[in-house]
Amino acid sequence: MKVVFERPQALSDVTTHYCPGCTHGIIHRLVAETIDELGILERTIGVASVGCSVLAYDYLECDWQQAAHGRAPAVATGIKRALPDSIVFTYQGDGDLASIGTAEIIHAANRGEAITVIYVNNTNYGMTGGQMAPTTLVGQVTTTSPRGRDTKEAGYPLRMAEMLATLKGVNYLARVAVNSPANIMKAKRAIKQAFTVQVEDGGFALVEVLSTCPTNWRLDPVEALKWLDDNMIPYYPLAEFKVSGEVK
Amino acid sequence: MLGDKVLMVGNEAIGEAAIRAGCQLYFAYPITPQSELPQLLARRMPEEGRVFLQAESEVAAINMVYGAAGAGARVMTSSSSPGISLKQEGISYIAGAELPCVIVNIVRGGPGLGGIQPAQSDYFQATKGGGHGDYRLIVLAPASVQEMVDLTALAFDLADKYRNPVMVLGDGTLGQMMEPVEFGDIKAEIPSKPWATTGRKGRARNVINSLYLDPNKLEEHNWHLQAKYRRIEGAEVRYDSFNLADAQLVVVAYGISARIARTAIEMARADGIAAGLLRPITLFPFPTGAIAQAAEKAAAFLSLELSAGQMVEDVRLAVNGRRPVHFYGRTGGIIPTPQEVYEEIKKLAGEEVAK
Repeated sequence: MKVVFERPQALSDVTTHYCPGCTHGIIHRLVAETIDELGILERTIGVASVGCSVLAYDYLECDWQQAAHGRAPAVATGIKRALPDSIVFTYQGDGDLASIGTAEIIHAANRGEAITVIYVNNTNYGMTGGQMAPTTLVGQVTTTSPRGRDTKEAGYPLRMAEMLATLKGVNYLARVAVNSPANIMKAKRAIKQAFTVQVEDGGFALVEVLSTCPTNWRLDPVEALKWLDDNMIPYYPLAEFKVSGEVK
Repeated sequence: MLGDKVLMVGNEAIGEAAIRAGCQLYFAYPITPQSELPQLLARRMPEEGRVFLQAESEVAAINMVYGAAGAGARVMTSSSSPGISLKQEGISYIAGAELPCVIVNIVRGGPGLGGIQPAQSDYFQATKGGGHGDYRLIVLAPASVQEMVDLTALAFDLADKYRNPVMVLGDGTLGQMMEPVEFGDIKAEIPSKPWATTGRKGRARNVINSLYLDPNKLEEHNWHLQAKYRRIEGAEVRYDSFNLADAQLVVVAYGISARIARTAIEMARADGIAAGLLRPITLFPFPTGAIAQAAEKAAAFLSLELSAGQMVEDVRLAVNGRRPVHFYGRTGGIIPTPQEVYEEIKKLAGEEVAK
């Protein structure tokens, strides 16, 4: 019998701690499929960050380092400079990358550090109980913006992909979503491209993945997918911003 | 290659020693008074086919150290007091994950932005942990440019031996002053590191981590770390002495303060005062036993520091109330003259030794 669907070798055979309906699991699978397809499991080192994905090192079968909050791009820089033939990626949320880790991500990108960054944006700090993040949409209610994000107090949602697209050091940069089969297929292509760039010594690559957080959004999993479509994509448009170092 | 004996400033001597000890990566951020070190290594590391990288901040630099150390490389960073404060988060993670690395602190006066003149006011931060959680660095305190060479090489070996961060604690004077040094035969003997994340070829995956969500596991990890620190205390205490055997007044001083103390002790001896010096070379582990032993015979102790009084607490713990322990220090970047210290010794000798 022909096998048509199986667990990627790089994906651990364990139950994750993620909430029902959370799309981290889908993103993990896309990274695992990519590692399998490129045949790089034995030379890949992941860098887990602080947030919901802190335990990613239990879910993917490569070597891992766990980094302090926001510092994953610096840790990845240290690994890649020590082992230039390895494939190094970070897996970071929006609180990690877009708030406390802005300096590290901007400078790693600007140096054209040969690493791959998977940036998961779900518009809040999920792990700590759904607080406002730099990415929280205007008017969005969170546990620290109980009256909705007010731009007079908290400014505007940060579009990290657009900001980073201005940097010369960036080779590949895309924003994708994982809220529908069609979008998941596109997300897979972008993630694979972001790893391929590194395999081919192309420099810095980042994929921003719009992800759901049903628990903290107070929505059921299906409603959350629709909320992402209706609210996040209009503000965070899906696109390839840079390909082969060229702005699209 | 440098010849047998060369004149070098302390900061550059550390850099050259690090290269000879097999340091493969160095992550920098500019700060006075240690800038000669990154400037030297910016030139020298690429010459040796090694990595020099100027990070965007001290925070990034120490996290680059974490990544490279976790990948199994010999790695170093350096800074001065305010920059070392910024590195504390990363140092705590490095200690928690048990990664070997060398951190150089060329101390200047604080608190805050403080000043750029020499100080020893980071003693607490260096020896008591510095960041969050129960951990210790191995802390080495050179008192000459030659010792900056020797202790830098030792720092890499101890870091690998114990899988622990090691701090070389100098000060602005040692960093900037020029003395003759010999590099001798520093050997870069790097042990195998089967725990490092080098890609999981032919083995199970490795994870570098300091997270233990199960409190039982975290407690077990902490007892494991504490057992290691006790082993270090048992095996790695280093100190030097001068006129200690018959000393009635024992001056305890490290680094540049010990140089001043030595001159002052010579002046006191010429006056017939039985003063001696006990100079800790390792600040962690602290030479508690040697001080306790000196307390058997000595009448009193004097801790001499370029601070408002930090190491004096460890001297008091070692003496354990059996003898009076005094303190003399200058702070803010002021260095006492030997004459000042001699006057202090003379005063204490009159008060304590005569009794």
